[in-house]
Amino acid sequence: MSTRDPYEQSYYPPVPTRLVRWMRTNWLWQFVRFLILNAKMLRMVRKH
Amino acid sequence: MAKLVILGAGIAGHTAALHAHRKLRGRHELVVVTPNRKWNWIPSNIWVGVGFMGVDDVTFDLAPVYRKLGIPLYQARATTLYPEGSDDQPLPHVEISYTDPERAGQTEKLTYDYLINATGPKLNFAATPGLGPAGHSHSVCTFDHAAETFSRLEACIQRMERGERQTLVVGTGHGTCTCQGAAFEYLFNVEYLLQRRGVRDRADLVWISNEMELGDFGMGGMHIKRGGYITHSRIFAESLYTERGVRWITKAGVKEVQDGHFHYETLDGQSHEQAFDFAMLLPPFSGTGLSAINRRGENITATVFAPNGFMKVDADYSGKPYEQWDPGDWPETYQNPDYPNLFAVGIAFAPPHAISKPAQSAKGTPIFPTPPRTGMPSGVMARQVALNIADLMTGKAEQPTRKSSMARMGAACIASAGAGMLRGSAVSMTVYPIIPDFKTYPDTGRSLRYTSGEIGLAGHWIKYLLHFGFLYKAKANPLWQVIPE
Ligand SMILES: Cc1cc2nc3c(=O)[nH]c(=O)nc-3n(C[C@H](O)[C@H](O)[C@H](O)COP(=O)(O)OP(=O)(O)OC[C@H]3O[C@@H](n4cnc5c(N)ncnc54)[C@H](O)[C@@H]3O)c2cc1C
Repeated sequence: MSTRDPYEQSYYPPVPTRLVRWMRTNWLWQFVRFLILNAKMLRMVRKH
Repeated sequence: MAKLVILGAGIAGHTAALHAHRKLRGRHELVVVTPNRKWNWIPSNIWVGVGFMGVDDVTFDLAPVYRKLGIPLYQARATTLYPEGSDDQPLPHVEISYTDPERAGQTEKLTYDYLINATGPKLNFAATPGLGPAGHSHSVCTFDHAAETFSRLEACIQRMERGERQTLVVGTGHGTCTCQGAAFEYLFNVEYLLQRRGVRDRADLVWISNEMELGDFGMGGMHIKRGGYITHSRIFAESLYTERGVRWITKAGVKEVQDGHFHYETLDGQSHEQAFDFAMLLPPFSGTGLSAINRRGENITATVFAPNGFMKVDADYSGKPYEQWDPGDWPETYQNPDYPNLFAVGIAFAPPHAISKPAQSAKGTPIFPTPPRTGMPSGVMARQVALNIADLMTGKAEQPTRKSSMARMGAACIASAGAGMLRGSAVSMTVYPIIPDFKTYPDTGRSLRYTSGEIGLAGHWIKYLLHFGFLYKAKANPLWQVIPE
């Protein structure tokens, strides 16, 4: 991302830091998220 | 012995058939009519469109599964409903036209006591001149479209490998499209593939859509709690598009696609042009064109079906303005109000209105998403309707008892953003309820507890597992019932 072009579309949105991007593909953390996401989806299924 | 006829063996029809068979086996008759030889797990067509999977990975032959279950399967297209019967056949029946090569074009009348219409959408490419594989853009809506689209994408990538710059456009090809989520998935899978092939810097990626803002997805977007704020999905979507270097055009209705460029109109009434080397643009959906005739031979299609061709059910079709929309407008039993033995599920039922607020351009062109009906709600309503009909057929109930309104249903949706087991990602969303309910949740229309979203590799793992889980279930393999819709 570059802020060289002010007032363009890409100037405003929040962009993830390197740490956030790393966490998104960190296997250990993602395994934890995998378990949590499955639990959330099952909770949704049970609401039917 | 009563008879249930199911039209369509897609996600909704096939789910209904499996559950009806489980309840009616040996006691009542069940038949399924569908024009295709193959079953297709449509969500994975995205991966066919980027070469991560092949056609055989996302399809299987329906006939052996139906043979195993003992359900008669007609490879045919339903054309006309006779809900009151006709002079030569007094029982309610449906006319079908065979599509299997041996009897192609022959017609037959199938009588029914109950009928489920699960015929899904017609991909209405004709709504925009030049749209679609027969015109100048591509599609991933069917497995064969997706395979063809990948070969065109591959050619585009090879040009980039030779040093050429290419403009790739992904999005919606008409002002009233739905299914933005599918186009979103394709966009980010293409972007991921371009990175993997080392040509990302030679590609200009453009998103075009009829959404008011990014992250709308045809349901007005959603608000989630994150970082101490209640934040709209627009912010997260804009963040992702910026991070992955995609330019976006919203509030846009594509008017005509020509070789290498298309014209579109925006809500302010302005006309614009966009050039492309490769464009995957979704078509709008309409009903599949079933007609209906009453006992006197009069055409009652407009009574049974809404103007968009989808079948009317127990919804409020009074055409209320947005300000008066209510969760109670949405159907609960999916039963036709005039013919109580007719039901419609999945994309085939006519929604009462959109979910996103409607909008028209300064020139009067409607530019807003029509309501999505994704796989999970389609499967859930198909199951509930099948179980209700089974109860009616076996005398356990006199009225449908199970209700499955999208206003009281949640949805879990995983939108792939790159197919890779180690570096891929997906956006994982849960939404409750699908239809906003401002009486119960006055601030955002939805439960902040149950509505969530995040991006990461875990989402890809789940989407990949779901692919195999749903194919396993659709093949009616042992214990298929324990896999939820
Ligand atoms: C590319 C793409 C990606 C998607 N990704 C996701 C996703 O990730 N998650 C999600 O939840 N949803 C996703 N969806 C939406 C999902 O595919 C639909 O919600 C689902 O397919 C709807 O099921 P259906 O049974 O109503 O329609 P379909 O699955 O389209 O089935 C309709 C069936 O009816 C048959 N038929 C048509 N006309 C007739 C006729 N006249 N007589 C008899 N049979 C007929 C068709 O051949 C077909 O078999 C995606 C959609 C697309 C296009």
